[in-house]
Amino acid sequence: MSEMTKRLEQAAENAVQSAPAIAARPPHAVSVSLTYAWRALLKIKHMPEQLFDVVVTPIMFTVMFTYLFGGALAGSTDAYLQFLLPGILVQTIVFTSVYTGFTLNTDISKGVFDRFRSLPVWSPGPIAGAMLADVFRFTASGIIVFIIGTLMGYRPEGGFIAVIPALLLMNAFAFGFGWVFTALALSVRTPSTVMTLAWLVLMPLTFASNIYVDPATMPGWLQAVVSVNPVSLLVTAIRDIMAGTPDAGAILLALLAPGVIAAIFGPVTMWLYRRER
Amino acid sequence: MTAHAIETRALARRFGEKRAVDGIDLDVKRGEIFAVLGPNGAGKTTLVRMLATLLRPSGGSASVLGHDIEREAREVRRKISLTGQFASVDEDLTGYENLLLLSRLSGLKGNDAKDRAMGLLIAFDFADSASKQAKDYSGGMRRKLDIASSLIRRPELLFLDEPTTGLDPRSRNQVWDIVRGLAASGTTILLTTQYLEEADQLADEIAVVDHGRIIARGTSAELKAKVGGGVLQISLVNAQRREEASRLLSDMLVGEVRANGNGTGLSVDVADPDAGLAALGALSAAGITLSGYALSQPSLDEVFFALTGRPPEPEDGPETEAAE
Repeated sequence: MSEMTKRLEQAAENAVQSAPAIAARPPHAVSVSLTYAWRALLKIKHMPEQLFDVVVTPIMFTVMFTYLFGGALAGSTDAYLQFLLPGILVQTIVFTSVYTGFTLNTDISKGVFDRFRSLPVWSPGPIAGAMLADVFRFTASGIIVFIIGTLMGYRPEGGFIAVIPALLLMNAFAFGFGWVFTALALSVRTPSTVMTLAWLVLMPLTFASNIYVDPATMPGWLQAVVSVNPVSLLVTAIRDIMAGTPDAGAILLALLAPGVIAAIFGPVTMWLYRRER
Repeated sequence: MTAHAIETRALARRFGEKRAVDGIDLDVKRGEIFAVLGPNGAGKTTLVRMLATLLRPSGGSASVLGHDIEREAREVRRKISLTGQFASVDEDLTGYENLLLLSRLSGLKGNDAKDRAMGLLIAFDFADSASKQAKDYSGGMRRKLDIASSLIRRPELLFLDEPTTGLDPRSRNQVWDIVRGLAASGTTILLTTQYLEEADQLADEIAVVDHGRIIARGTSAELKAKVGGGVLQISLVNAQRREEASRLLSDMLVGEVRANGNGTGLSVDVADPDAGLAALGALSAAGITLSGYALSQPSLDEVFFALTGRPPEPEDGPETEAAE
């Protein structure tokens, strides 16, 4: 028996013998979720480009729309930016909400998920953790877009402090809205399918809204659609907040859709998640 | 405390029309290494996933360490560790982060978690690559990290699903050494494998599965007695003495002697290595000199041929594909 052989064999034996005894009480659901959130943040640390993805699109849109159409739509690029930026913030965060689903699907398609599921801990932990990490993702991408806007000349009438309640509201919206994509992620096979299907939902949802233009010039039927689009409702509430005139009614309306979505797709997600693969 | 680490009765799992596991009775004693040997698609992974509470049986029953796998899944999970078919490590994280994550999920806090992660890294020779992402590890390193991840807490029972498939011989030997060390520490191990040699090297008991059923079981020696111990191949220096050598071998051994090679080769099935050795001794005593000889273990194909009269039929793709 070679030296190496003896060493590894001994190492394995020692590793088991030195193992701490099984805890009488496995870690609490909260600490499990925080641990999985930490894991998600480590992934952002190792692959910052996944944050880059969701931030570049809104920046592109902000720059493009402001300078190409701003003058024509609002008389001046400055005036248009004042109108556009709150909408772009919303768009950024709605796009970002796909990522919980995307990362969940990526996990499942790899073996690591089997290990997580075989652990004696609170089983929805990976989902809860991913959503906690998304709070960071939403906030970070929102702040980046806001900074770009500020550099281009955007000035919120409610003062810079208005960004905080705006981010809070957008986080709440995205947290509820994200359940659609976690449910989707658990129903399809590959991460790229999640992305493709998500875009099919997101493109009409963000364009048929009041993000880019005032719906007053749209045909009546489209105005009807735009006015009930949850994204429009959120944009309206955010514009009010940024303008320094937050409106409780608008905020409640904005939270209605994500609330309903969470109530439906939350249980669906958990059912799909517990279903065996 | 029950006598057996694993007990299954008529355990079955269907995926649509396909019977992946089709009525398996298994008794695995505490503290032993038990090998489930079979080709791709035989139902090995499905069996392990059921026993590790990842998959519900569609029939029969099973208890693991005295707990029913359906009603007391959580109790089972507290006492087992699973190392899945494809290394179940998080490729985006470093080796250290992988172990730290699982240490924390096992309830270790702060420095205890860090110490345990670092201790395992050092024990398994990862000190140099601790801060590299696991996707940059070789297959053997991933497997070692995977097994280390199963040892944060002391598992009473460890599942190893094809721990050496796809590994080079050196890594394979390392994994074997680790498995032996784990067994020496008293951990019960259920491993699945496609290699008879692996089962022979490691296992106290072996069950051969095919199409979701056990077609043979026993110790390695018992199995080989059924299958034949292997093939003795010799080549003679002098081709003219082949007739004489062939007769001698026929007299000593039960198997049929076959001529092969370019007139100097002979091969014969032997029941065990001792019989082969005795035959070599007899040839030498008769003054028949050999230019070479080899005693090979029967391959999985030969085991299947001996047990079923046909070679194994690998299913399309790995089992997990069929499981979806």
